[in-house]
Amino acid sequence: MASSFSTFNAIRPFNLNTPSHENASISSFKTSLPFLGSTQELRPNLLTCKSPSASSSCRQSSIVAVSDVVKEKKVKSSSSSPNLLITKQEGLVLYEDMVLGRSFEDMCAQMYYRGKMFGFVHLYNGQEAVSTGFIKLLKQEDSVVSTYRDHVHALSKGVPARAVMSELFGKKTGCCRGQGGSMHMFSKEHNVLGGFAFIGEGIPVATGAAFTSKYNREVLKQADCDHVTMAFFGDGTCNNGQFFECLNMAALWKLPIIFVVENNLWAIGMSHLRATSDPEIWKKGPAFGMPGIHVDGMDVLKVREVALEAVARARRGDGPTLVECETYRFRGHSLADPDELRDAAEKAHYANRDPITALKKYMIENKLVEETELKAIDKKIDEMLEDAVEFAEASPFPDRSQLLENVFADPKGFGIAPDGSYRCEDPKFTQGTAHV
Amino acid sequence: MWGIVRRRFISNLRTQIQSVVYASGFYSSSAKQMTVRDALNSALDEEMAADPTVFLMGEEVGEYQGAYKITRGLLDKYGPDRVLDTPITEAGFTGIAVGAAYHGLKPVVEFMTINFAMQAIDHIINSAAKSNYMSASQISVPIVFRGPNGAAAGVGAQHSQCYAPWYGSCPGLKVLVPYSSEDARGLLKAAIRDPDPVVFLENELLYGESFPVSAAVLDSSFCLPIGKAKTEREGKDVTITAFSKMVGLALEAAEILEKDGISAEVINLRSIRPLDRAAINTSVRKTNRLVTVEEGFPQHGVGAEICTSVIEDSFEYLDATIERIAGADVCMPYAANLERMAVPQVEDIVRAAKRTCYISV
Repeated sequence: MASSFSTFNAIRPFNLNTPSHENASISSFKTSLPFLGSTQELRPNLLTCKSPSASSSCRQSSIVAVSDVVKEKKVKSSSSSPNLLITKQEGLVLYEDMVLGRSFEDMCAQMYYRGKMFGFVHLYNGQEAVSTGFIKLLKQEDSVVSTYRDHVHALSKGVPARAVMSELFGKKTGCCRGQGGSMHMFSKEHNVLGGFAFIGEGIPVATGAAFTSKYNREVLKQADCDHVTMAFFGDGTCNNGQFFECLNMAALWKLPIIFVVENNLWAIGMSHLRATSDPEIWKKGPAFGMPGIHVDGMDVLKVREVALEAVARARRGDGPTLVECETYRFRGHSLADPDELRDAAEKAHYANRDPITALKKYMIENKLVEETELKAIDKKIDEMLEDAVEFAEASPFPDRSQLLENVFADPKGFGIAPDGSYRCEDPKFTQGTAHV
Repeated sequence: MWGIVRRRFISNLRTQIQSVVYASGFYSSSAKQMTVRDALNSALDEEMAADPTVFLMGEEVGEYQGAYKITRGLLDKYGPDRVLDTPITEAGFTGIAVGAAYHGLKPVVEFMTINFAMQAIDHIINSAAKSNYMSASQISVPIVFRGPNGAAAGVGAQHSQCYAPWYGSCPGLKVLVPYSSEDARGLLKAAIRDPDPVVFLENELLYGESFPVSAAVLDSSFCLPIGKAKTEREGKDVTITAFSKMVGLALEAAEILEKDGISAEVINLRSIRPLDRAAINTSVRKTNRLVTVEEGFPQHGVGAEICTSVIEDSFEYLDATIERIAGADVCMPYAANLERMAVPQVEDIVRAAKRTCYISV
């Protein structure tokens, strides 16, 4: 994969007619495997899969960008030389963020096995390129909505590692005071809107956040409000009704949202190919009237290219985009998952495409950084995590009185003033805000 | 308890009784009459005028003027940016409304019936009710979910369930059940202004009913406190608690009991969560007898919660077993006579009240 960071291998213009070779591959797929009884029959033969026209049980190793605008950009940039996709500064930011994500998750695993963390913990190892590639392009006011695999999304968005670690330990100093936990990371300051345990639940919430951005601009007349929302979810979610409902409404109302599919091929032990009639998720975008893009999610630079375009589209007011990132989780679904169903060859294949090693290689080969600088970053992150763990250990558990707190923003309910009297009995109340 | 009953002729007779009760007790005889539909419509109108972050979302709320015409005229007044006709995707649009509420907008989500809200119940409970807690008050959800709840007339099993007990058991939600126009106006305005998720359970058969409203109620700042019940009728022999449509039946039953020498106190709960336990217990301590009335299924219903609350707090004051009147323990049949049997009628309340007074029925 020496050329993985150069121009896209295959670009097809956006059109609604399915290209013929895909039809051929899909029909051959269907006749050879009439019913997907078990995962055994499906072991993808990745090592021998060469061309896109092979059976679609192989993943396409070429990147297919559907948007015309992206194609234009690529044409322009390939004409100038030598073209690097990032500057040194940007590269360092990306590297640091990915290393933070990876080290944090590794530390979580350690802490879990030592009994400091408990319950359901879902780790993000291997998928860092998606989080970093997308979230590092956002401003503080933009929103991110995720699933239970949300630690790294929160970190990329700017929630301090200390706060996330404390939350995982269930301490008072966590970002949600210990009340949320691993699967429910919320941060109003950084606009991380969760953290949802039900798959597909975050997608409508993200669509609502995007709706607010449009509402602010059009109804509340905040003309410069161009906040963008990103919804992260997996391949299993793409069979859920709420996903399609939101694709429809986002395209219908042209909402500034980016639907990012982290297709890691597995939903716990259910292979994506066993669960989905048409495994190519990016194709579901054009069905609803938005571009659908398929990108190599193990390559942070490619993800970043696509993300730049999608974010620009959303900010301009051109509406939603669906991006399918081909990625892989190196660990099991959660720390309780024995991870027996996945093929060792598949795991090895993706381990070779580790996004952090790939970025490191790119930056060193293109003389963007010295190895020592990267090692310094590694060390810095290690220290940051040590500090985070110490902080979390030292933090107190929530007080007993905290059990019944935070149920309501206004426990008395509107209609009862803070002093306990009824608002409707206050004669001055009729001079209030309502007027017709 | 809710066995076979002879059908009573309701309509005109009941409305007349009610207006007499209201007119004599609380309001001047020149009080304006307002239907519940108009009350809800005016409340929405005023709240949308006062606060530009309030918007409506639901099926047929715009061009169709509302499936039950509750949102009539609002599309013309506020435009399609604030009165949104949605596709038929309860889960999707409820989630969108919750996401908008996370960012400080104030959506009012209409479900064509609260039965349809079951498609969206994940968002009502998991992303709306629980978010303030899970985020430790960083994110509050100032949203209102409203729609007709409970049985209508001949609409069958899937359109007739009462959801007050389900939503009433969830921490993080406020559940309101208006009866009269005053309730509808005051509680809806309070719900829209409240910074927490509110489930507002209306009743389709009440939409067309008129109630007198005073000038204070018509004021655009009028609102009622959330979590406080109202004593519709004072009495000293037996307490009858009811909510929504059943309040009307309870008041009728009280009239009949009066003729038999039993003075019934009727409490309109107005709020299922928080439940006004103080008011109920105060009343039971006065009368020493309790009849709870609700339309929904008996097991784990609102009546069950009220019974337990009274037993816990006012056990020594009870002179008789608490009588619990609820709908039949079956899903709503279609046939008119069966439907009548499946929903509490006035006679059931009267008999139950007499049983608590140890008067043979």
